[in-house]
Amino acid sequence: MADHRILEHPILPVPEARPVPFSWQGQPFEAREGETIASALFANGVRTFGHHHKDGAPQGIFCANGQCAQCTVIADGLPVKACMAPVRPGMAVEPLDGLPVLPDVEGHPHTHPIETVEVECLIVGGGPAGLSAAIELGKAGVRTLIVDDKHRLGGKLVLQTHKFFGSIEACHAGTRGIDIATRLEQEVRGFEHVRIWLNSTVLAVFSDRRVGVLREGQYFIVRPDVLLVAAGAREKSLVFPGNTLPGVYGAGAFQTLVNRDLVRPAERLFVIGGGNVGLIAAYHALQAGIAVVGLCEALSECGGYKVHKDKLARMGVPIYTSHTIVRAEGDGEVSGVVIAQIDRNWKVVPGTEKCFECDTILVAVGLDPVNEFLEKAREFGLPAVAAGDAEEIAEASAAMFTGRIRGLEVARSLGRDVGEVPPEWHRTAEVLKSRPGMTITEDLPATREGVFPVFHCSQEIPCNPCTSICPNHSIVITGDEVMGLPEFVGEACDGCEKCVAICPGLAVTLVDYRKSADHPTVVIPYEFSARSIKQGDVVTVLDSEGAVLGNLEVTRVRAPRDADRALLVRVVAPADIAPRIAGIRVQEPWEPARPETTGQPIEDHEIVCRCERVTARELRELIRAGVRDMNHLKAITRCGMGACGGKTCPSLIKRLFREEGVPAEEVTDLTRRPLFMEVPLGAFAGVVQGEAPIKDVPRRHATDVHEGGM
Amino acid sequence: MGAQVYDVIVIGAGSVGLPTAVSLAEAGLSTLVVDQFAGPGQGSNKAAIGGIRATHSAPAKIHLCLESLRLFSSWQALHGDNIEWFQGGYVFVAYREQEEKALKELLQVQQRHGLNIRWLDRDELLDLVPAIARDGLRGGTYSPEDGSASPLLSSAAFYRRAVELGVRFRFRERVTAIVKRRGGVVGVRTDKGGYATETVVNAAGAWARPIAQSAGLDTPVAPDSHEAGITEPVARFFGPMLVDIRPTPGARNYYFYQHGPGGIVFCITPDPPVVGTDRRETSSYLPMIATRMVGLMPKLANVKVRRTWRGLYPMTPDGSPVLGWSKQVEGYVHAEGMCGQGFMLGPGVGATLSRLIRGVETETDRAILRELAPDREFGGEEALK
Repeated sequence: MADHRILEHPILPVPEARPVPFSWQGQPFEAREGETIASALFANGVRTFGHHHKDGAPQGIFCANGQCAQCTVIADGLPVKACMAPVRPGMAVEPLDGLPVLPDVEGHPHTHPIETVEVECLIVGGGPAGLSAAIELGKAGVRTLIVDDKHRLGGKLVLQTHKFFGSIEACHAGTRGIDIATRLEQEVRGFEHVRIWLNSTVLAVFSDRRVGVLREGQYFIVRPDVLLVAAGAREKSLVFPGNTLPGVYGAGAFQTLVNRDLVRPAERLFVIGGGNVGLIAAYHALQAGIAVVGLCEALSECGGYKVHKDKLARMGVPIYTSHTIVRAEGDGEVSGVVIAQIDRNWKVVPGTEKCFECDTILVAVGLDPVNEFLEKAREFGLPAVAAGDAEEIAEASAAMFTGRIRGLEVARSLGRDVGEVPPEWHRTAEVLKSRPGMTITEDLPATREGVFPVFHCSQEIPCNPCTSICPNHSIVITGDEVMGLPEFVGEACDGCEKCVAICPGLAVTLVDYRKSADHPTVVIPYEFSARSIKQGDVVTVLDSEGAVLGNLEVTRVRAPRDADRALLVRVVAPADIAPRIAGIRVQEPWEPARPETTGQPIEDHEIVCRCERVTARELRELIRAGVRDMNHLKAITRCGMGACGGKTCPSLIKRLFREEGVPAEEVTDLTRRPLFMEVPLGAFAGVVQGEAPIKDVPRRHATDVHEGGM
Repeated sequence: MGAQVYDVIVIGAGSVGLPTAVSLAEAGLSTLVVDQFAGPGQGSNKAAIGGIRATHSAPAKIHLCLESLRLFSSWQALHGDNIEWFQGGYVFVAYREQEEKALKELLQVQQRHGLNIRWLDRDELLDLVPAIARDGLRGGTYSPEDGSASPLLSSAAFYRRAVELGVRFRFRERVTAIVKRRGGVVGVRTDKGGYATETVVNAAGAWARPIAQSAGLDTPVAPDSHEAGITEPVARFFGPMLVDIRPTPGARNYYFYQHGPGGIVFCITPDPPVVGTDRRETSSYLPMIATRMVGLMPKLANVKVRRTWRGLYPMTPDGSPVLGWSKQVEGYVHAEGMCGQGFMLGPGVGATLSRLIRGVETETDRAILRELAPDREFGGEEALK
């Protein structure tokens, strides 16, 4: 049977895990200990988990984050979210086709009173912002509870295999996200007043200023003095024909499958969106041995860091700016994507369609803050602050810093003698949140003697570890010490390669003319498997934006400790190209095909509310008929009433109103109601998970459900 | 004030106002509906859980709901909109002698009014609802002709039909006063303007009292709030609305059913009542009702709760609506104080008021209106409302 697990990764350790037998539709499958059902199914080549009860549409992974319910399967008789539920030995997993049958239970479940827990500060989310806040609160001795829905702390840091930008002292720049998570976690665990609840989800902030939390299947009421929301962000979605086919999902979901669970959910990937999330996800795909057939961005430039984009371009990923997705193709699952150029009015330019064969389309078109708890708390008069993406979408480096600031502010508001937040912290936070600045033309040195670093870093971003690491202090940033561009000054370069090793953008090379002015050596950073490159190989070298410069022989590969799992590859190059060399190609560029059909998009398949299968056409018709209250749209179509709790479609619906020319002030927003996530009714009766054991696992599910009321 | 004089202005585009507007327009009356919210059904209608029964004990409510049942059950056939009408019946369960006795006494009254309701013994009830807890079960009443519909889809359908019939709607507009001249209604004033009419129907639900007061009337309506919830949809496994009238600390009764798309919709009656118009969610609701529901139907422990909300019951002192022409203000029609049953009463109320306004009321209508008259003595309380 095909094994879609990642067996080798340049950065991530691949641990030995015990096999766990389970079954899928009666067939024997194997999971790894601790694996979620979703990842185990992907590892076994399954990515369609069921069919929607309304129209029979195939359902697969979407958020991989426990937020929607599109990945629901029947595990031992009960519907569960495949992306959250771990496989248990012998578990019988079935697709959810139609509505689930609620099984009978043995006897009468035990109910227990619900416990109330009092804390000074409740932190929602143990990611970069939450942990950084907890450290400040811990130092101040504030009784703090961190609630996080995953099995380990770190939030999205644990998915980030790349080195971080920013500065070393503010946010561990140059260290990989996964390792920053470990460092923060260790520090937080050192504070006796900081409690940590893992596998725990905040369900609601209530008007009596209590917070409902489900911890490992058990329900608690938490009474905090202050709520600190560090719940991060959720990915924005996009409406296009085929947008709910299995194989279309978010970049965050992809990173979870690949970098946390070490499964290879795709063979050929296309990425929609050139922000940092899309660029980094594409890079992570390449590291996991997944081909990236292309990336498109609607704007004329990628919004993410240029170093990320360049890195991809150098690896042979074609990047199409001013392009948008026209449709996903595939019968039951994704088998291709059609993109096309767009004009200034965001309209597709006919005849520019390009078609790619791919099995997976990642949607990385931006993030929205997870701020509903903050809004509810403020409405109900519970003191609350937000940090990180929940406050403002920015890089994780900024989240760590705003977390520190909010932690200190909360400690102070609770009467702790922690002093004022130093003014320079606010400045640093602002710098770290900076959008990329000016881009200059690469200024390559003309000198053909000595040894020196070359910076293929031509866009201002908040990043400066190279200046901190140089033992001779020969790398400086003039003007703004974080945002500016690095420069090599003076003569003093030992050729130590530390700047090459630390650069998060893989944008520094070292050119050495000391042995030959005509054929200098060039040291290039390389973050792929050590087995993929060795001395004597001939590699294609590229300039910073991916143009081919030539084929050169590798004369040395080393993996110094300070490069932290990256390899430093040395080639000998003709002097005329040496300073321009920025990278080594890892995949051949993909040539798009012209689509065989250039038919108009089928609007019926453009799903806006994926939980209730509501199409763009239905909603547009109602908007054109004069509906202006989103709650009225909801009443008629059920949009926003599905399992995800209205987390996905409201922004898409608002976009439809905009497209139909309705001013935002005429539109009434959806009313938000608890719960944040669906939870078994028994939990609220104090029935602990597993205390309502079921009788006779039903093998068959209702499929004839289109009639509703039977 | 605008140039047009409407035959009738209905205040409130909710459970009562919408079907009333439909009935008026069907009879050819020019009708305007004014509502403070942004769309139809955005007050308490969308908070209703959808149960529709005629098996009350007060004759007026029985007759109004019988007419409602006819309208709900025939709506799709007549007008095309699927409002998720489902005839699942109502079951009031008995696990103790006192409930059995009370229900059987009431049963006699209901049967006397010709309602299709009977007593199911323990085994019959278990056949009808196999998932119900067996320990101590004595039986219960069953009224198979009662049912449910979606309040959201119904209000959307009533609205669509009303627009089709030419009813005008003004949303996001709050009525600030009923304008009178020489003791009679001449129009309504809103925060955005005013409209002329000689007949106004106050169907403003929980917000009706200040409007009545602006006309110099003081209908004794005071809202209290109830909390409800819904689960994920599952394949249908029971038909009727289950009502458990055993009181427990904090609650008088609770009830739940499986609606058309498959979710379990549930609600509890707080004791003492939570008076006021606060519609914000509380932490005490779910633990209170979950314990009782899991007790009554153990397998519900595994069904996932999706959403909870709070809605308002415009209560009157005797638990029955206030309906009919005002004796003090000519042209003022009371359609107030539905006591949490506006959704099931609405179409019957609308049809009755339409006949009343046109002067074509039936003998039954007259009996209903006598029973629910605005100037009645508000004593006593209906059993098991």
